Amino acid sequence: MRIALFATCLGDALFPDVPKATVSLLERLGHEVVFPPAQVCCGQMHVNTGYLDEALPVVRHHVEAFSDVDFDVAVAPSGSCVGSIRHQQAMVARRGGDTALAERATALSDRTYELSELLVDVLGLTDVGAYYPHRVTYHPTCHSLRMLRVGDKPLSLLREVGGLDLVELPQAETCCGFGGTFALKNTDTSSAMLADKITNVLSTGAEVCSAGDSSCLMHINGGLTRMDSPTRTVHLATILASTKENPA
Amino acid sequence: MTSRDVVLGRIRSALSNDGPVPPGPRDYIRSTNNAPGSAPVIELLTDRLVDYKALVKHVDPAGLPAAVDAALDGMGTIVIAPGLPDAIAAACADNGRRVLTDASPAAMTPQELDAVDAVVTTARVAIAMSGTIILDGGPGQGRRAISLVPDRHIIILDEDQVVETVPEAIGMLEPTAPLTMISGPSATSDIELERVEGVHGPRTLHVLIVS
Amino acid sequence: MTTFLGVPRRHRGPAESPLRGTEKFPKAAHRELQNAQLRRNLAHATSTIRAKRALVVQEMPDWEALRDSGSAIKTDVMARMPELLEQLEVNVTARGGVVHWAADAEEANRIVLQLVQATGANEIVKVKSMATQEIGLNEYLEEYGIAAVETDLAELIVQLGHDKPSHILVPAIHKNRTQVRDIFLAEMDDAPADLTDEPRRLAMAAREHLRRKFLTARVAVSGANFGIADTGTLCVLESEGNGRMCLTLPQTLITVMGIEKLLPTFTDLEVFLQLLPRSSTGERMNPYTSLWTGVHPGDGPQEFHLVLLDNGRTKALADQVGRAALHCIRCSACLNVCPVYERTGGHAYGSVYPGPIGAVLTPQLTGMEGHNDPNSSLPFASSLCGACYDVCPVKIDIPSLLVELRARAIDNDRDRTIPGGWDAAMRAAAWVMSDEKRFAAIEKTLGVGRVIGGRKKRIRHLPPPLSAWTTSRDLPAPPAQSFRDWWKNDHQAPSAQQES
Repeated sequence: MRIALFATCLGDALFPDVPKATVSLLERLGHEVVFPPAQVCCGQMHVNTGYLDEALPVVRHHVEAFSDVDFDVAVAPSGSCVGSIRHQQAMVARRGGDTALAERATALSDRTYELSELLVDVLGLTDVGAYYPHRVTYHPTCHSLRMLRVGDKPLSLLREVGGLDLVELPQAETCCGFGGTFALKNTDTSSAMLADKITNVLSTGAEVCSAGDSSCLMHINGGLTRMDSPTRTVHLATILASTKENPA
Repeated sequence: MTSRDVVLGRIRSALSNDGPVPPGPRDYIRSTNNAPGSAPVIELLTDRLVDYKALVKHVDPAGLPAAVDAALDGMGTIVIAPGLPDAIAAACADNGRRVLTDASPAAMTPQELDAVDAVVTTARVAIAMSGTIILDGGPGQGRRAISLVPDRHIIILDEDQVVETVPEAIGMLEPTAPLTMISGPSATSDIELERVEGVHGPRTLHVLIVS
Repeated sequence: MTTFLGVPRRHRGPAESPLRGTEKFPKAAHRELQNAQLRRNLAHATSTIRAKRALVVQEMPDWEALRDSGSAIKTDVMARMPELLEQLEVNVTARGGVVHWAADAEEANRIVLQLVQATGANEIVKVKSMATQEIGLNEYLEEYGIAAVETDLAELIVQLGHDKPSHILVPAIHKNRTQVRDIFLAEMDDAPADLTDEPRRLAMAAREHLRRKFLTARVAVSGANFGIADTGTLCVLESEGNGRMCLTLPQTLITVMGIEKLLPTFTDLEVFLQLLPRSSTGERMNPYTSLWTGVHPGDGPQEFHLVLLDNGRTKALADQVGRAALHCIRCSACLNVCPVYERTGGHAYGSVYPGPIGAVLTPQLTGMEGHNDPNSSLPFASSLCGACYDVCPVKIDIPSLLVELRARAIDNDRDRTIPGGWDAAMRAAAWVMSDEKRFAAIEKTLGVGRVIGGRKKRIRHLPPPLSAWTTSRDLPAPPAQSFRDWWKNDHQAPSAQQES
């Protein structure tokens, strides 16, 4: 397939290894990856902070960046971004009075997938030929869990990874406390939620905490390194891209 | 302009841009294959009643008076309502117990009811799924106060009064009757979430299910 | 005479009320988070109720169908509210009840006061009612010499302790048993001197104390879970039996009901009597449910008054998105799954309606009066995790409502002459993020972060406002190369690699 990659603003600027791993994984599976160069951001941060007027040009730019590009489906290694694309972009357009944009946003969202959705639902795979010999616990991020309802997909992918010792995370479905600008506006509550998430991560004895969202991982990792914990965070894409020949 | 006008005016104004709403779905379970009074239904009700520590007994019509007598063991004064079958009323009066019939114009005061040890009533319908018994003030049930103030309540249910689901029971009720739904002794978990039973209302519930 | 020295006076926020606190949520939360007992009690309470709820929901194969119907019925209620209220009024009146309409809290209080005064009583008994808490009824009556005795155990504890409720369903959860015992010993004149702190002994002390009140009460005030339009029937669900006592023993009953608590038909109870008990206390059915229609001759109160309360509900109704918050049946399932509420408790929200539903209902009832209004901070008191939406028995999409109200809060502030820091930052960010060239330019400036990050490649301190992040978390040092740079310069597609 011809797959358009949405790297996400966070991935592009701060966590490029994640979109890189996504490219590597999809190419290994025999697909062609294209990167619409005009892309920047889905607009989620502005929408969730209440700046819907300001979100409009960001949303418009995203939709336009993916127009006039030849691809079958689009993918983003981010449950929250795909959640915003699927559930918020058309609303932003309509609110701004641009019904044509709303329709185009809806059409684009119909062919935009989060990574585990793409692999399992579109490509029909759970075994992607990955090798990652580490003890891993997985945090299901709220948007992928509840907005996208990816369900068991990420775990079904991780279960097929060679050498990987998958440990269940206690109270996995509880929010890590990131919540976008919530982490800044309500930093005390966010930190309290993070502390509990980290306690649960550490209780598994895992070397690695994985998730499908760089934003939540940045939050969890920020707490782990603050305590100088050896446990690190690794994005789902990075694990799935890892092979014996090219280990992550 | 009255407040009624103000409030209704505000509501109408709030809804002025809205169109009609289509009727919604009703795909929930209304009834099952288990008929009222059938064995699975009686078993389910019994299970629920026992679970919330009601004292349940299954009797046939002949054994009912004795069961009533046993349930009233140790009780001194009993209150009943008009319309309770004579055999039951007689059983209430066994063993020297005093039976008061609460009926207007001689309706009992709350204080008088407070001095009563037990109350015996029939019921309208019971829901097996939730262990709920519903009174509607009909014959043998009386005013709501009489099944509230005394500390022991004996309820007599015929098997065919037991249905499985909530929708079945709701469909059998007269909406404008004074309805009381009882699903266990009163309880509170307000202190540290530790459940304490028997706060107000009867602390002992006997349910006699008659085949 | 005053002298204005040119220093801008701090704008005083809107008045405190049962629906509005004095502090914005982040500040209130900061304090409440440090209350270790509250956090312990709350964590225990919410996790226990969560587990109970999950069990009784799992056993229902038609749970989602019930939720769909519950949502549809409440949507219908909003759409036909005028005719349903009129129908309710006709049917209640036909059965000997009297219906009153209250546009706001002040009016509702006045009506109740006059009704109580007309009976000559100077004490009333109360069944727990969120609506009467919302209007501050007890405090109002007290000003006129009428004592309102709360009869729900938790409300009694809160009342005797001169405190405020912290949870919709278990309002005294922030108190432990020893504190309750101390409150009873200090404030309940008939409490046994040897009262221990066992919950059972405490509950029995309350039983004795209240029984005296029940048996002599002449006037009761209640709320209503449901008001059924097609029959005029009112419905109250409870656990302790104090409801039955108040609803059937006194001569006069006054019920205060929010206008949104309607159900169109008696049959609709078959849906809600399944949704509500399982969602609130995690039981198949609550111990007692009472239904009455007007006056029942010879049985129960011979004088019945229904006070229909607006108090801002029509404001919420006017918002086509926001009005979904009025579907709420006050089960508190959302409170019990909310990770924010679990840690901060109800007091942090400053309103009798806290938690997820409180964050979307409270600001709509009162309106958000600009930046300094604590209620403008409530829609932001959430990480948007969505756990509340999953458990709401009537499927209120609370996360979407939160986003909508955030937009409202921001829009309310747009005419500020000096934009706040957030406004400026978000505008700048939108400008950058709507153009890839601007974005790439910004990415190039992140290099300074690599210097700050040092050898360990992490940033531990940032100046305000980003210090909010670094108080408890590190930030990773930015990478040497952005993804788009890598794609442009270093990425080689497999076919290109094969060729070379």
